[in-house]
Amino acid sequence: MIKNILLGHGSGGKLSHDLITNLFVKYFHNEILDLQTDASVLQPDSDLISFTTDSFVVDPIFFPGGNIGKLAIAGTVNDLAVSGAKPLYLSASFIIEEGLPFKDLEIIVKTMAEEANKAGVRIVTGDTKVVDRGKCDKVFINTTGIGALEAKRKNIGMGTEIQPGDKLIINGTLADHGMCIMSVREGLGFQAEIESDCASLNHMISQVLEVSDRVKFMRDATRGGMATVLCELAESRNLGFEIDESKLPVKENVRGICELLGFDPLYVANEGKVLMIVGKEDADIVLSTLKKNELGKQAAIIGEVTDDHHGKAWMTTGIGGRRIIDMLAGEQLPRIC
Amino acid sequence: MKYIDEYRNRDIVDKLVKQIKQVSKNPVSFMEVCGGHTMSIQKFGIPSLLPDNIRLISGPGCPVCVSDRKYIDQAIAYSRLKDVIITTYGDLIRVPGSTSTLDQEKAAGADIRIVYSVLDALQIAKDNPTKKVVFLGIGFETTAPSSAAGVIRAQMAGIRNFYLFSSHKVMPPAMEALIDEGVKLSGYIAPGHVSTITGTGIYQNIPNKYGLGVVVSGFEPVDLLQSILMLVTQMENDDPKVEIQYTRVVKPEGNVKAQQFLDEVFYLGDDWWRGLGVLPKSGMKIKEEYAVFDAEKQIPVEVEPTREDKGCICGEILKGIKNPKDCKLFAKACTPQNPVGACMVSHEGSCHAYYRYNRD
Repeated sequence: MIKNILLGHGSGGKLSHDLITNLFVKYFHNEILDLQTDASVLQPDSDLISFTTDSFVVDPIFFPGGNIGKLAIAGTVNDLAVSGAKPLYLSASFIIEEGLPFKDLEIIVKTMAEEANKAGVRIVTGDTKVVDRGKCDKVFINTTGIGALEAKRKNIGMGTEIQPGDKLIINGTLADHGMCIMSVREGLGFQAEIESDCASLNHMISQVLEVSDRVKFMRDATRGGMATVLCELAESRNLGFEIDESKLPVKENVRGICELLGFDPLYVANEGKVLMIVGKEDADIVLSTLKKNELGKQAAIIGEVTDDHHGKAWMTTGIGGRRIIDMLAGEQLPRIC
Repeated sequence: MKYIDEYRNRDIVDKLVKQIKQVSKNPVSFMEVCGGHTMSIQKFGIPSLLPDNIRLISGPGCPVCVSDRKYIDQAIAYSRLKDVIITTYGDLIRVPGSTSTLDQEKAAGADIRIVYSVLDALQIAKDNPTKKVVFLGIGFETTAPSSAAGVIRAQMAGIRNFYLFSSHKVMPPAMEALIDEGVKLSGYIAPGHVSTITGTGIYQNIPNKYGLGVVVSGFEPVDLLQSILMLVTQMENDDPKVEIQYTRVVKPEGNVKAQQFLDEVFYLGDDWWRGLGVLPKSGMKIKEEYAVFDAEKQIPVEVEPTREDKGCICGEILKGIKNPKDCKLFAKACTPQNPVGACMVSHEGSCHAYYRYNRD
């Protein structure tokens, strides 16, 4: 039984071989991975493929509601799903710090297998490197994903068909992941436990795409939060957005910690939230379809596309005032007075 | 969150706005002198709710913004010393010095740590006995007592490697200086958290000497609108005085214990304010008895010559004479990503608040 990961586990020799067989193949196995070839042969049955990659370096690696492994699967699955694709295959590469407890790695790998299974994707290739203690922080994971994309959905990722009058819909509460990480990170000592919203959204999204052909744009609001998605899109497509702050769902405990630390939930990271822009005729059916899914119970229409103030997102605040929503510079930092 | 929701209630807001419109007849300009107020006013979009004859001006309420650039330069110089650990609240680390920022120094290898309390800095000092731990003490009467408490605690615990680098300032001299300079004001929205510590006596000069009203305000939209209503009522009735809107927190006598901490550690000396110059008795300096904790006295360091940016009108903005949008650098050469002046860096600076919430 291995206790800690050693430099030798990344050497390509016997230790590496054992680690691959007894850990990665054990949990991830499927008929493609089991062949253990240098490159996997895939045959996606689709017009187009979507292709994406993401690296995960979250600290701490375990947090309420998930761990770095769950994040690594869900993150890449979501990037494919919000582009309108059906996620199919993932790679998983690990950079591990010497000394990482094997049982921690096993929990992470097991979680990844479970999340991949839940999302209906197969991990078909991977890699492991081990670096000296202190040269990386516990474990970093990269996942790359391939999804099948129907030609009619190829514009969803770009939002080229968005028009004034379209509705903005999100599938639930904002800022859960970011505030979860903040609250467990060393040094803050909060008692209240906030769960990350980390989840694979592909099934929920495909349910929506089954009932509506008027989903014109989707984006998962991760780093930078919902505000950043809105600002980037407004600017790049020269669109005007009108948001109603009173419609933004935020959990009470999340809002409390945001207030305390001076964060605006609109700018805080999510890991299980998608912004959809939908033709107004279909807004209700999309909303009700989202609400039927466990991950969309608190879905809400938060605003619409307007023909005004092109390039900018404006918000009616909870008290009826008006203000612009802007992109944030740097990280959010707490107030000093 | 119940305690906050009622202060963000739209019906109450609507009622207050209606009352303000009924009472207010003459054109008035009120200045807020707290960065927290500036942010709240912009974040909730309060100016869009007020009638045209009421103007809100942002004053020198952001401690980062009013501090001398030399302070940052000196902090940077400390950070370059091998045996120094810098501890600071988050907002300071991106403020431009003459040629660098603490952020850049951190990336280059300086040991700079963001803390949420001076107690964290003390702990770091305890854990690193061979290092000098410098705490960047910045802020008004609100944050100064905790810096003072840090010094007192270090004394009691025998921690000799903790040093305070104080840029703490007191607010009333700046409020009076602005009127002396001829800034046209009808009254002040005074910072609630300053008065939580100091009480309200510190503002008495403003109605007495200058005939202007002062309302000590809370930070939520209902607080601010109620304060505006109180100021408008004072002005319309020609009855300037010091009033407390933020009664749920502020007592007229303030927090006596915190005042004792301040008196124990600090004395008031002359200090430089961006836009206002040197104001007598406006800076909190460390008393001789606590000189062993005074970074300026204990850690000699060579500081590069201070360079101010040309074209930046932070000074006039801080005085409320100009609006951030009047600055030709605003949102062009000067943005939160690439700030020229301190008012754009700090989240509570006027330029930052305008950039984020009110750019058009």
